[in-house]
Amino acid sequence: MFDKEKTGRESYVTRRELLKTGGSAVAAIVAGNAVLRRTDAENSSESVVFGIAIDLQKCYGCNSCSVSCKSENNVPLGNFRSWVSQYNKGTYPSVKRHFIPRMCNHCENPPCVKVCPTGASFKREDGIVLVDKNVCIGCRYCMSACPYGMRSFMWKKDKSGDQPYPSRIFGVVDKCDLCYHRIDSDITPSCVNACPANARIFGNLNDKESEVSRFKAIHPVSTLMPDSGTKPRIFYSGLDHEAAHVSVNAGARMSPVESDSDSGGE
Amino acid sequence: MSIEKTSAICEDHNSLPESSCDISPVTYKEITEAGRSVGSSFKTATILLGLVLTGGIAAWINQLINGLGETGMQNSVSWGIYITNFVFFIGISHAGTLISAILRISNAEWRRPITRAAEAITVLALIFGGIQIVFDLGKPERLFNVLISGRLGSPMVWDVICVVVYLMSCIFFLLLPLIPDMAHMKKQKGISERMNRIYSKLSFNWTGSKEQKHQLEKAIGFMAILIIPIAISVHTVVSWIFGMTIRPMWHSSIFGPYFVTGAIFSGIAVMIIALAWIRKTYSLEKFLKTVHFDNLSRLLLIMSALWFYFTFAEYLTAGYGSLPEELAVFNSKLSGEFSFLFWSMIVLMTIAFILLLLRKRNVIKSSVIASLLIVIGMWLERFTIIIPTLTRTAEEGYKAGIYYPTMTESMITAGSLAGFILFFMLFTRYFPVISMWEMSEAKTALNIRNKVMESYLPDSPESELTEKSIEV
Repeated sequence: MFDKEKTGRESYVTRRELLKTGGSAVAAIVAGNAVLRRTDAENSSESVVFGIAIDLQKCYGCNSCSVSCKSENNVPLGNFRSWVSQYNKGTYPSVKRHFIPRMCNHCENPPCVKVCPTGASFKREDGIVLVDKNVCIGCRYCMSACPYGMRSFMWKKDKSGDQPYPSRIFGVVDKCDLCYHRIDSDITPSCVNACPANARIFGNLNDKESEVSRFKAIHPVSTLMPDSGTKPRIFYSGLDHEAAHVSVNAGARMSPVESDSDSGGE
Repeated sequence: MSIEKTSAICEDHNSLPESSCDISPVTYKEITEAGRSVGSSFKTATILLGLVLTGGIAAWINQLINGLGETGMQNSVSWGIYITNFVFFIGISHAGTLISAILRISNAEWRRPITRAAEAITVLALIFGGIQIVFDLGKPERLFNVLISGRLGSPMVWDVICVVVYLMSCIFFLLLPLIPDMAHMKKQKGISERMNRIYSKLSFNWTGSKEQKHQLEKAIGFMAILIIPIAISVHTVVSWIFGMTIRPMWHSSIFGPYFVTGAIFSGIAVMIIALAWIRKTYSLEKFLKTVHFDNLSRLLLIMSALWFYFTFAEYLTAGYGSLPEELAVFNSKLSGEFSFLFWSMIVLMTIAFILLLLRKRNVIKSSVIASLLIVIGMWLERFTIIIPTLTRTAEEGYKAGIYYPTMTESMITAGSLAGFILFFMLFTRYFPVISMWEMSEAKTALNIRNKVMESYLPDSPESELTEKSIEV
C-alpha cells in the first residue's frame, strides 16, 4: 500500500484492485453462465416433463386444435401457433391423404433457445419452451433458427397498442406455449381439450404410469426430423415419412394463409 | 535508437529539403485545398443524396409507427433485405481498415495515398451496417436488452461484441493518423471558425516533435496489428449467425472464410470506386496514379479468384451431397425462383473478373466498372445466401413463402446507401483525403528502404537498419 501523503495518488491502489476484482467478477460470470446453463434436471425421474403424443390414425384434419388454440391465446389474424398440414400421397385409385397436426415441438435441445441474444426464449424446468414477451427485442433469430418453422412474429401493430400478456404485444415473437397457463392450473392444453377424435394425449413424459407414457410404450412413435438432434417432445404415431418430410420441409413454410382483407385467404 | 539513425539520415541527405521529415505544406497544397474547390455538381449530388436520406428516415419513422408489418417479411421469410444490407455493409467495412492495416504492416509503399479514404469508408460502412439491425428489430427501443440480459451463447451477441469493438478500434485507427494532418490543417488560412475548432480538437496538441512522432508511429503500428484479427473475427461472426443454425445451406463450416473473402472482395471494390471519384473530383491525379489502381486491381483479382473458389466449393458440396432439404434450397437458387438473382451474380462476377484480367488498356476505367459490378454482385450474393434458405420450397406443387421487399424497405435501403455516400463525400470535403504527413515521409522511407535492400546483397556489409527503421 502506498502512503497517501507520499504518493499523492489516492486512487492508484484502489483502481488496480477495482480492475482486478472487476476482471475476476466478469470471468466468474462468464464461467458460471456457461456451467449453469448446462445443468439439466429434466432427465431425473422425479421431475415433470410435459409432452404430447398424437395418434394420426384418429386425426381427420378438422382443425379444431388450430381454432381452439387461436381463441385460447388471442393469436392475431395471419398468425398460427398450431395447424394441421395435409399431404396427398399416390394417385387414384391408390391414394391417401395424410394429416399432420403441427405445433411447437418443445424440443429437449431447442435450436431457438440456443441462439436467442437476450434469453427471452427459454425453456422451463418442465420442458416448455417459452418467449418472455417483455424481454424479446424482435430480432427473429429464433425464427430463422427453428428448423420446423413453428414460430411467428407479431407483424402488425394493433391500433390499441400493446396489451399485457396473454393478449398481444407487437413486434415480438409468438409461439405455442403449450398453454402453460392452463397446465399451471392443472388443465390440459386447449388443443388437447378440443380434439374431437381424442387424437392428442397429453401428460408427464417422466411418469411411467401416465397416459402419454403408456401410449408411447405400446405404439411405435416417431418425431419430426428425428435425425436433427433436437429431440422433440411431440410424438406422432403412424407418421408417414414422406408426408412428414414434406410437412417439415415445405409444410413448415406452409402455415395456413389468413388474410385480413375481405377477399379471404387461400 | 532507430530515431537517431533515421533522423541522421534525414539530415545527411542533402538532396531532400530540410522539412522532409516534417510536413511540407507547399507540396500538398492540392490536398489541403482540395475541399474548397468543389464544383456545383458536388453540391447537386449532396442535395440529391440528402433527399434520398430524408426519404429513408421518413420510411423508417413510418415503420416505427406501424410496425414491421410495413415490410415484405412474413412468418416464413422472417429476414429480408435489412439483414442482407447488414452483411453487405459490414463486408464493405473490411475494405478499408484491413487493407490499410495489412499494407502498413507489409510496408507496401504505394499504400500512402489510399489509407485515409479506406479508413473513412470503414467507419462509415460499420455505422450504416450496424444500424440495419436496428431497422430489423421488432422492438428497437429494447435494443439495450442485449446488454442488460445478453446471453453469451447467442451468435447475435458475439456479433454485437465484435462489431462494437471493431467500430471503436476503427474510429481510433482513423483518428490516429489524422492527428498530424489536423495540426497542419488548423494552421491554414481561410478556414471557418467552426472547422478550425474541430481541427484543433482532433490535432490533440500535436507539435510534430520527434517523441510525439515516435509515439504516434508506435500506436499506429500496434493498432494495425490489433485490427487484423478483430476485422477477421467480425465477418466470421457475422457468418456464424447463419452457420450456427441447422438450416439447410446455412449450416456450413466454410461460411467463416467465405464471408471474410467476400467482405474483403467487396471492400476493395468500394475502395476503387471511391478513390477514382476522389481522383476526379479533387483533381488528385498526381497522387492517385494508375499504378495504385493497378495494384488494387491485382488485389481485387486475387480476391475474385478466391471468391469463385469458395462459391464453387460451397455449391458443389451442397449439390453433390444432395441431402433432400439442402437440394431444395440449392434448386431454388440454380433453377428456382432465385435463379435470376443467382445467375446475375455469377455473370456479373465473371464479367468483372474478365475486365480485371484485361485491364491493361485503361486500368482505371476497367477497374472502376469491374468494381461496380462486383459491388452489385456481392449484394446479390448476400441476398441469395440469406433468403432462399428461409423460403425453401421442396416438393413440386408446394409454394413456400415468397419474399418481395416493400417500398418501406427499399426506401430505407436507398436511404442507408445515400447516407453512406453522403457522409463519405462530406468527409472528403472537410478533411484531407490523403494522409499528407505519410506522403511526405515517403521519400525518407524510400531512402532507408534502398539501404536496407542493398544490405540484402551478398557482397554488401550487414546494415544496422531494418525495414522497421522506416517508422521514425
